[in-house]
This record gives sequence, structure tokens and C-alpha cells, in this order.
Amino acid sequence: MTDEMPQREAYGRALADYGELNPRLVVLDADTSSSTLTHFFANKYPQRFFNLGIAEPCMVDVGVGLALEGWVPFVNAFAAFLCLRAAEQVRTCVAYAETAVRLVGHYAGLSDFKDGATHHCITDLAVMRALPNMTVIVPADNNEIRRWVSVLGEYDRPVYLRISRAHSLPVHSPNVDVQIGKAITLQEGGDVSIFATGAMTGRSLLAVERLAQRGISARLIEIHTLKPIDAEAVCLAAAETGAVVTAEEHSIFGGLGSAIAEVLAENCPVPVERVGIADSFAPTALDPESLMDYMGLGVEHIVHAAEKVLRKKEACVFSKPLSAA
Amino acid sequence: MNYLTENRIIELESIARQLRIESLEMIYRRQSGHPGGALSAAEILAVLFFHKLRLDPQNSHWQGRDRFFLSKGHASAILYAALAKRGFFPREELTSWGRLDCSLQGHPDRLKTPGVEMSAGPLGHGLAVATGVAMGLRLDSRTCRVYVLLGDGEMQAGIVWEAASVAAKYRLANLTAILDYNDVQLDGAVHEIMPLEPVAERWRSFGWKVLEVNGHNVRQVAEALDLAEEIHHCPTMIIAHTTKGKGVSFMENDAKWHGAVPNQQQYEQAVTELLGKEG
Repeated sequence: MTDEMPQREAYGRALADYGELNPRLVVLDADTSSSTLTHFFANKYPQRFFNLGIAEPCMVDVGVGLALEGWVPFVNAFAAFLCLRAAEQVRTCVAYAETAVRLVGHYAGLSDFKDGATHHCITDLAVMRALPNMTVIVPADNNEIRRWVSVLGEYDRPVYLRISRAHSLPVHSPNVDVQIGKAITLQEGGDVSIFATGAMTGRSLLAVERLAQRGISARLIEIHTLKPIDAEAVCLAAAETGAVVTAEEHSIFGGLGSAIAEVLAENCPVPVERVGIADSFAPTALDPESLMDYMGLGVEHIVHAAEKVLRKKEACVFSKPLSAA
Repeated sequence: MNYLTENRIIELESIARQLRIESLEMIYRRQSGHPGGALSAAEILAVLFFHKLRLDPQNSHWQGRDRFFLSKGHASAILYAALAKRGFFPREELTSWGRLDCSLQGHPDRLKTPGVEMSAGPLGHGLAVATGVAMGLRLDSRTCRVYVLLGDGEMQAGIVWEAASVAAKYRLANLTAILDYNDVQLDGAVHEIMPLEPVAERWRSFGWKVLEVNGHNVRQVAEALDLAEEIHHCPTMIIAHTTKGKGVSFMENDAKWHGAVPNQQQYEQAVTELLGKEG
């Protein structure tokens, strides 16, 4: 049912393949190449691979230096350390200096279920999204990851790519067309819009099926680019359905739910329910799926959120004449 | 080409004095800036920009240039003074430093100012970025060299030692770091706030070639830079012993002048002292 390999493996193999197409590609890692699976690239192109040890801040700046010389650096580390330990390097030398460094945050969300809250990463999207000049990409599945590797290899701007350690549910065909800043409508529907990102996209597909069984027509839109967000697609879907659910493997603060709420509050206010991690650290677990369920990211949580926001929508419809008077 | 005649030494000393005066004038005019660490780096920048670095001011992105990184970005005034004097932009631009429409930011910005290789400000970035650049140049088999000027306060930042390890691991002989060792930082004496010693031993133990010079002696600085080019198995650290606020009696060795701004009387006295040493 899930993708044939975990996201990290799809990424690692795609990177090694892309190394053949792009002779300027260089890959940096912080002693995690056997986890991020950049070792596929390292084995194939040892001259273009740099393992800098457990020194994420330094690795980011070294990547900046390589970018200044026209190389195409993919800088890999666990998301929790890339986005927090090296946040100042990312802010100053990548975002502010506008260097073409591809930051790749691994083991994102709760996917490192076995290592506890220190290794989970539920704040990377908030950090990255707040940085001027930064593009933020969260792929839904392996086919999408394979496309992003080459798209970002050609993208000459600061960018953050989020990769899960876990298997995600398959969403796309191998020839999926990804464009930065362009949302993908996966399911048409008229009652409620679900905006999903990353591994929550596949879960939202299942939620749409369950909602249909209950007579609710849900539209599903994948937001792979959190920044710049496709505000037009967000507003159009919100205006046409009048109710919105967001779903992300991230804190409800600062990620997709926040981004959607910001767009809607200013342009097209409709009721919103956010499915995400409610401002708490998650425990250690035996597998990623049950941890996601435990933390409120289950398919049924998405279904409940849709039903709840539909009740809000009805309440809003009834209140309209009152507010008009 | 780079042979140091007595006349050339006198010329470089004169340029260092001009850079000091220009920096102080900029800081005084803007009523903001960091005089102490600009004055301590004057001879180092004079030798680099007017003797050592291969540059093309008309084409600041010329691929064959040597790369210079100012890691102690708060010394921006003297970097701007040197870049203007070297011809990267008109000297008049210095007079508008800090204005909203000026190309010169408080700390160097690579996107706004020709000749600035990398934006800087937060301490500790320069060596790591320069390390990446040195790696990139070597991958391209380019023979240009990479220079980075560090402050002594930033020796306290962990990332400097992370980068020291990386540069040594990859044997980046095309990388030369210079430490402006004036022993004064914002809050006081470096040796009191967080001692660096034995700093030369520390760098040697990290796998670097270490040279020590008087950072206000242009011949010693130039010869150390030449010698670094002859080291082919590891990066080189030149520890330049300097005086914070060098050349202005009341600024020397006083932490107050790390980021303080002179009033009119202090400014005039400072310029008089610096001019008095001319010839």
C-alpha cells in the first residue's frame, strides 16, 4: 500500500542518478550519509561528496562557498539540526546572501519515530518559511521526490526540501509535473477543501474516500510549495467550497495551516480547521504510522476536521443575514 | 612582480594611513561604525588589496581573481575604503554610507557592493564560507587563492574550529587565514573574556601551518602571505599581532572604541595624530 521504498531511499537514489546528469552537483552531509542515503551518491561520485562530520552550521557555510563558485550543492542533515542548529547560517549566508544552496532536511516530521522528540522535526517549516528569499518544498511521495531533485538542481535560489525517513502513501505517477509555487489538485469536490502537504497528502486521499462514503464531497489540493504559496489556488478552492481543512506533519504553528490561514484571513475568510501537531513534543514510538495517529495526524482526524469545519460553515451561512443587518 | 622595494613599503604604509583616516571619517560622518577593529586591520588590508590580491576592479566577478573574505564584518568601513581606493566603486559612495539608497550596508553585503565576496556580520562565518570556496576552486582546478581575515573575538565561536577541521581534512593549501589579533573585543580584553592562548599551538594542532607576524609591519605581512603560497600540504594561518585602535592614542587598546563613535574634537584629534605620522 505504501511506496515501494522509504522517501529517504527515493531521494538518495534520485540524487545519485542526477549526479550523472549534472556534473556540477556536489553533495554535503554531516555524518548522516547512511541515514539520509546520500551514500549512494558518495559511492558513485566520491570526488563530489563531502562528509563534514557532526557540524551542521559549518556544513551550511561550506555549501555556500561551493555555491559561490558555481557548484550545485545539496546540503543534507537531519531536519531538526539543519533548521535549528544551523538556523543562523541558513539565515545569513543562504537566505540573506541569496546563495543557491539546496538545503535538504531529513527525518522530518515524526518519521524518526524511534529516537524521540530530539530527533523529530515539527518546526522546520515555520523556521524556513519565515526567512526572506527562501523557497520551501515538501514532497508528498517518492515519484514527486524524484522530480524535485532535478527541478531543484536547476533552481538557482535558496531552497529547503523536506524528506521523511518513512514510507509515504503513493500519490503521483512517475511522470508527475511539479512546478515551484503551483498547487496540485488531486481530487475535485464541492463541500470542503482539504489542503495537504508531505506525507499527509496520501492520508488525505484516504480521508476523501471516507468522506465520500458519508456523502461529503471533498476537494483535495496538494501544497508542495509552502513558500511561495499558491494563493490563487488556495483562494479559489476556499471561495468555491466555503470550508477548509489543512493537514501537515508539523506543528500547527508556522507551517501549512498557518500559511493557508494567513492567505484566507486577508483574501477570502472561510472557516478553517488545522490538522497538525498541537504544540507539544511527541514521544518515542514503535513505528511512524501509529505515532502520527497518536499525535492527531490520522486519517480519521482529517475526516473529523472536515466534518467539524462543515458545521462551522453552516453556522456561518446562517449568521450571514444577522451580520448584514 | 610582487617584489617589495623600500619605496613600495613606504607606499603601502602610506595607503594604510589613508585607509585609517578614510575609515574614521566615514564612521564620524555616519556617527556609527566600529573604529577599533578597522584601525587594527589597516596594514593587512593595504598589503592585501594593494600588493597581494589579483583583482580586476572593472570586473569584480572575474573568475581568475583571488578571493578575499572579511569575516570580521564589523570592520566594514576599512573594507569599503580599500575597495573604493582600489577602484571597485567611486569614492563618493563612501560619503553616503548607511543611507537608505546607499550600496554600502552597515555590514558588508555581497549583493549590493562590488568587490564584496560575501555578506558578513555575525561572527564566525568567514572561514567556513572561504573553506567551501577553496574546495570549489580546487574542484575546478583553478589556481586562484582564498584569503580570509578573522577577528580574535570570533576565535571563541565553535564554527571557526569546525571549519579549521574541514580545511585541514581536505588539505586546502589554497586557503590562507589571517588573524587580526588585537586582544580587544566588545566587552573587554579577549584574554580576560575568553582566553585564546595558546592560539598558535591550537591552530598547529588542527593541522594548519602557522606563521606569526607584527600585523602593523607591512613587510612582515607581505612576506608571510608570500610564504603561505609555498605551503602545499595544508592551509596557513597568519597570526597578525595588532593593536586595537592603532594610530589614535586614545583609542588604542581600549574596548570602548570597538563600536564607539568619536565626537568632533576626538575626530579632529584622531586625524591630526594619523596625519602627523605621515612622512
